[in-house]
Amino acid sequence: MPKLTIDGKEIEVADGLNLIQAADHAGIEIPHYCYHPGLSIPGNCRMCLVDVEKAPKLQIACNTRAADGMVVHTTSDRTKTAQKAVLEFLLINHPIDCPVCDQAGECKLQDYYMDYDQQPSRFQLGKKNKKGKAIDVGSDVMLDQERCILCARCTRFFDEITHTSELAIFGRGDHNEIDHYPGKPINNRYAGNVIDICPVGALTEKDFRFRMRVWYLHRTPSVCAGCERGCAIDIHHQRGRIYRYKPRHNPEVNSYWMCDEGRHSFTALQTETRLTTPLRQSDDRMVVEGWPEALRRAATRIMEIGGQSGANAIGAVVGAQATNEEAFALKQLLATTIGSDRIAGLDWSAPGSSGDDDLLIRANKNPNARGLQALGIPLAALDSLTHAIAAGELKMLITVRADLVRVLGEEEFLKRFGPLDYLLVLDTEANLTGQMANQIWPIAAYPEIDGSFTNFKGRVQRIQSAFPPPGQALPAVEAIARLGRALDGAERRYTAEAVFAEMAREEPAFRGMTFDLGQHGRDLSE
Amino acid sequence: MERILTRWLDIPDIRRLEVYEANGGYQALRKALFDMKPEEIINEVKNSNLRGRGGAAFPTGTKWSFIPRDSKKPVYVCCNADESEPGTFANRYQLELDPHQVIEGVLIACRAVNSHVAYIYFRGEFTVQKKIVETAIAEARAKGYLGKNVMGSGFDVEIYTHRGAGAYICGEETGLLESLEGKRGYPRNRPPFPAIQGAFGSPTVVNNVETLSNVPWIIKKGADWYRSIGPEKSPGPKLFCLSGHINKPGLYELPMGFPLKDLIHEVGGGITGGRKLKAVIPGGASFPPFTAAEAEKVMMDFDSVRAAGSLMGTAGVMVMHDDTCMVDVLRTVAHFFHHESCGQCTPCREGCGWIEKLMVDMEAGRGKQQDLDLMLNIASNMEGNTICVLADSLSMPTRGFITKFRSEFEDHVRLGRCPFRDRDGRLAPPAHSAYEEEHA
Repeated sequence: MPKLTIDGKEIEVADGLNLIQAADHAGIEIPHYCYHPGLSIPGNCRMCLVDVEKAPKLQIACNTRAADGMVVHTTSDRTKTAQKAVLEFLLINHPIDCPVCDQAGECKLQDYYMDYDQQPSRFQLGKKNKKGKAIDVGSDVMLDQERCILCARCTRFFDEITHTSELAIFGRGDHNEIDHYPGKPINNRYAGNVIDICPVGALTEKDFRFRMRVWYLHRTPSVCAGCERGCAIDIHHQRGRIYRYKPRHNPEVNSYWMCDEGRHSFTALQTETRLTTPLRQSDDRMVVEGWPEALRRAATRIMEIGGQSGANAIGAVVGAQATNEEAFALKQLLATTIGSDRIAGLDWSAPGSSGDDDLLIRANKNPNARGLQALGIPLAALDSLTHAIAAGELKMLITVRADLVRVLGEEEFLKRFGPLDYLLVLDTEANLTGQMANQIWPIAAYPEIDGSFTNFKGRVQRIQSAFPPPGQALPAVEAIARLGRALDGAERRYTAEAVFAEMAREEPAFRGMTFDLGQHGRDLSE
Repeated sequence: MERILTRWLDIPDIRRLEVYEANGGYQALRKALFDMKPEEIINEVKNSNLRGRGGAAFPTGTKWSFIPRDSKKPVYVCCNADESEPGTFANRYQLELDPHQVIEGVLIACRAVNSHVAYIYFRGEFTVQKKIVETAIAEARAKGYLGKNVMGSGFDVEIYTHRGAGAYICGEETGLLESLEGKRGYPRNRPPFPAIQGAFGSPTVVNNVETLSNVPWIIKKGADWYRSIGPEKSPGPKLFCLSGHINKPGLYELPMGFPLKDLIHEVGGGITGGRKLKAVIPGGASFPPFTAAEAEKVMMDFDSVRAAGSLMGTAGVMVMHDDTCMVDVLRTVAHFFHHESCGQCTPCREGCGWIEKLMVDMEAGRGKQQDLDLMLNIASNMEGNTICVLADSLSMPTRGFITKFRSEFEDHVRLGRCPFRDRDGRLAPPAHSAYEEEHA
């Protein structure tokens, strides 16, 4: 554990940290462009040059290990001169097109200029090197070569993380340009990450370009629901609309990255066909009803069927896309209020989806399959429900985020579930299963709820409500709680936090956990 | 003085193996294989005080001693034949005219650091030299000097040749290694140093052609003999590349510590056209120049040249007479280093281009007075702040030219044109030309 002094502060840091990381521990920022903690260290931008006592020259903080007794100055005159110089050099051949650049607001060139330079450029020759603008380099990536500061983060990403090496630096000196190899545009499933790691506006997202100024966006930490990996993300949104997902660092799950499929998965949530009011079937069509009426109707049916055929005539299916809290709340409702143990989980797999890859992508496209298992909800129990229906024992089914028709096909669904007396569907859209239902209740989508997912390795991570759900849609835990109250009249707390607390008391796998799971989540076994 | 590195001047056809052998060739290798342990070879080279001739002047024996003795990875020796420094052409002659001397040096280096694979990395333009060396390698292999079980000693060693794509930066030790590995010629951060993690992640020694050519002689004749040539701290014979406004330009082998004025006036036959000396760059284009007065006093060895405010580098001595436009010389130097900057580090990538652009304007008379201090400041912002020393290679001459010949730069600003160009923009008419007579 080396002890060193940075700007007069004595700190002790873990072995093997570089000076950027060590300074960060002391709350001191050392500016940098090329250094990225998830990539190799090229040391080429020279922005992190710092004064290390006894070293004859300035040292790059990214490639200098914190060592015992080291004395580092990040604000000495020598350091400041070097920082100003690097920024002045970078701005020679960089267009000052901040007003139209998509990166404005999150551009390190802009930020560092304000923090470390603030001098007018002495380059007055007016002979900037002309480089390419708005080049389509493949995937969802646009390249503005003129804005590139050649930090080589993007080329290193494709060399070191995806091993696809589509991008390279061509030319020499100040004529250097990033480009793809001739005839080999970017073609891999993680391309979007180079947009995230580009410190300036050179690489931008085709889909996002010119759609929103970043300073208008709100950021809510969450988890990608695209597969069972559960990559930590930030949701960037404004006025109830998601503009993009960005990976959030979680060393236990996704490092700094996410796949493009997950990155773009929010578009599926933003359809025009979101359910906004409870619906019920009436003469072969769906009609709107209010929540009180909808709850009363469902509770009445549950009591009627339960009264006639016993509590086990009522069952439930919860999709592996539901949160831990939703699955637990449904399981509790069924077990304690209704008195049934007929519950099954539904693992959804997209037809033709590819298998696991070496990096992040998982074939299982459900964010919470492991969570359901941990709650003791069997994932392969549809057959037992089917048998119970065929035997006339199961007459009513409640589904939460479980599109049975999509998984089974319409014919198979009708064969198995057609004999049901009553089907209550809780979902975000009137999907195929919903269209067969007696009642559909609109529930909130992931970006609209608090809760948690358990990824395939057993890491429980928090998701947070970024904005409220549309119309009368409710968080599923609240809809379930209201149904419970309609059944037994008892008050319940509707929040995911309250449900989690109960889950942590009742479920051995979650025992002792609190809803505050930290930035990186916690393992089930912890 | 006995010719050591330039024996081809006395011995015709020494590039051929049988001639090389007849003149004592490969005896040093035999000695290194049969009479000396690897540590003894390293100690002998250490004791000789041989310093790297590629420009950095690092002690060769010390460099070899950094190679781990018990390396589990293969150890490589790289012979740097990427000679690209403007004003320097010694390696080229050695490779063409005495390739076996280089090969023998490579083989002894391999034995010293326990390497079984060596590479000779050629500058992209050295197609002829590469062919000649490959022919010599084939001759040596046929006679058992390399390959399996060299001379029956049980030592195996192979030499491979590699030609770069023609970039100055591939002569830089780590840029060379990157290029050798098939990558873009970008210098590497140190640490790790090549002695620990060089070619293909293995311990590697990189030595210049001229450095390795000295090695057989040190082994054959001993460190004491070697140290007796030239000054104590940088001994040995040295190849001086003499070019510019000099009557007898060429390659000269002289002991270290030779007076620069004698090199110019006696060895080089004086300044062309009987003109006066104005400046000398002692070590290749990347170093500060000496004024005529400074040149009078300098001894040509690593430490003396450094003490006098420049560096000996590769000993590419470029001589300029009094009708030379120093602004134009610096513009040319700036053009070269701007063109050759790999562009990896920000200060070098952008600074070299900036200086060249300012110099183009300056030479054309469009410069401003404040540009001089600006260039000095750009140079100081570049120097020492990059991975390799290419940025220094322009910042050092920039500072040297502007401080030592500032009035010439100011004349360009004041006159709004180059004082050394005629009305048609032609530079420096030859001495005693019709032009001069007309304007006398």
